[in-house]
Amino acid sequence: MAQTRPGAGGRIIKWIDYRLPFVGMLQHELYEYPTPRNLSYWWNFGSLSGIMLVVMIVTGVFLAMQYTPHADYAFDSVERIMRDVDYGWMLRYAHMNGASMFFALVYIHLFRGLYYGSYKQPRELLWILGVIILILMIMTAFMGYVLPWGQMSYWAATVITNLFSAIPVIGQGIVTFLWGGFTVGNPTLNRFYALHYLLPFIILAVVLLHLIALHRFGSNNPLGIDMRGPQDTLPFHPYFTIKDLFGLAVFLLIYSYFIFYAPNFLGNADNYIPANPMQTPNHIVPEWYLLPYYAILRSVPNKLLGVILAFGSIFLLFIVPWLDTSPVRSARFRPVYKWVFWLLVIDVAALGWVGANPPEGLVVTVGQIATLYYFVHFLILFPLIGKLERPRPLPASIATAVLQSGGEARLRGTGAPMAKS
Amino acid sequence: MRYIALAAVFLGVLSLRPCAVSAADETPPLLHPQWSFDGVFGTYDRAAEQRGFQVYKEVCSACHPVKHLYFRDLTDIGYTEDEVKAIASTYQVTNEQPNDQGQMFQRPGRPSDPIPGPFPNDQAARAANNGALPPDLSMIVKARDGGADYVFSILNGYKDPPPGFKMLTGMNYNEYFPGHQIAMPPPLSDGAVTFADGTPNTVPQMAHDVVTFLTWAAEPNLEARHRDGFKVMMFLIVVAGVFYATKRKIWAAAH
Repeated sequence: MAQTRPGAGGRIIKWIDYRLPFVGMLQHELYEYPTPRNLSYWWNFGSLSGIMLVVMIVTGVFLAMQYTPHADYAFDSVERIMRDVDYGWMLRYAHMNGASMFFALVYIHLFRGLYYGSYKQPRELLWILGVIILILMIMTAFMGYVLPWGQMSYWAATVITNLFSAIPVIGQGIVTFLWGGFTVGNPTLNRFYALHYLLPFIILAVVLLHLIALHRFGSNNPLGIDMRGPQDTLPFHPYFTIKDLFGLAVFLLIYSYFIFYAPNFLGNADNYIPANPMQTPNHIVPEWYLLPYYAILRSVPNKLLGVILAFGSIFLLFIVPWLDTSPVRSARFRPVYKWVFWLLVIDVAALGWVGANPPEGLVVTVGQIATLYYFVHFLILFPLIGKLERPRPLPASIATAVLQSGGEARLRGTGAPMAKS
Repeated sequence: MRYIALAAVFLGVLSLRPCAVSAADETPPLLHPQWSFDGVFGTYDRAAEQRGFQVYKEVCSACHPVKHLYFRDLTDIGYTEDEVKAIASTYQVTNEQPNDQGQMFQRPGRPSDPIPGPFPNDQAARAANNGALPPDLSMIVKARDGGADYVFSILNGYKDPPPGFKMLTGMNYNEYFPGHQIAMPPPLSDGAVTFADGTPNTVPQMAHDVVTFLTWAAEPNLEARHRDGFKVMMFLIVVAGVFYATKRKIWAAAH
């Protein structure tokens, strides 16, 4: 099984592989790579995110060929892409909505990890690398949003870079340093463009590390118990390649719907008005995927504390593996956590709603409660539930659990998976 | 159960987005006429686009530019290349380069020229309009929440201010404009233009036509987008079906 099968070009591949063991590595990591047989569709979102990263890089490189990173020309050059470049509108709408899709996929991926305890021993570094990817994505998305140089681009850049002015003493200096001037201007746009082009490749490198860490112990699974032998696993190909491909087709359907039929639904109309430093938009709102952080930022009356909590809400994820004291990974066997998890989902959705609305009346109250809950959830409930909760008994093995639900005869059939039908 | 909860959260987040527009000032819901470009198969009504271009040319263009439109783009709305040449030549444009004597000079427009606006720069536009800057109309439909409906509502939204409403001098009452005070005087009045095809020149009709034109101006690739999108989605549905069947077959023995 491990040997490259003979055939056309087989000897050339063998010659290369002897000197550069790359094909053999791919054979091992993408073909026979033992994968828990009980993975649900929630496990599709990792590979989908990876594919989305590639889509973003490819569309981005082609957009970069047409884009002019200059405060006087950026807005018009984006419009020229939309109007005069062959399929420029498709490239740009794919890239613009791609950012939203990428975040949606990654957030689902992240919440799946939280539900099934995928961050627990021995996958702590895998999780931490994931959080690093998320932070890099937020930076990349923010700088990318500035590039069309519309009203929202300009004012988002102003608001977000100004956050650093909350740092005592050196804050204002840092802001001037980030801007490359005394306001957001052409130098800011230029450096954001350079970094927006650079960061995706750094993300790609961290994704590689993420994959190496993943393949060290293999995927977690809905039961959260370790694979104990071949009866618990299936080879990655063809079982999970086809499952991922089906998921990909469904995802692309949703993605295409946005590109072709609702390309501006997730965007902000103000960003089709050229940047105007003399006129502030009525509501400065970030893209939807940053709304929860924005809500936390605004919920705290003190600017410095707000900035610390907004950044802290992400950095908190780094220590999640140690905050969760429960030895059981999957929420399926954790009767209390199972429900508390959904409180976090609702909490983050509420924060999103708060971030989208002007901070008046009820919005402020909801924002403060939701912000408080977010931190209570991780810092207090996580350690506490792990200690107090009485987990349900775990199945002896993945195979036993599959056997209970799927039947013994079908399980035995795995020796020759394609023999039937 | 979990799936229902998740779907509910997802839909909840989606539905909450439009709340960003404050409900405090009483603005009636936007008018929503039947648009030819609505829906999955939506296309632009060519006759309406051409009438709309006429409205733009004879009314709006007195103050508003269409910065992102070129004469050549007009072939999209059903004019032939010769007609476009003829339309372009009725405009005087400043040549991009100076002549041999180093002087900038005016010449008749060509299809490759951008459609010239009414003012040489924003300052001149403000000076002529009581300090207000008439916005570029080639992006207006995309640059306003509500899009085509919003622009249509503004054009139809002029009214006498309600009793007791304090108007600033030089402003006009419009029930759809945020704050209700708009610098632009009512641009359309019944009979403002005469359509060659005999279409009635009422305000709602002219507004409908000019908004169709402006939607095209903002989103000239909408028809290609709808057409390609349908093909892509059909293809993906078939592919998803094939992958699903394959998946079922491969997994049949494993689970």
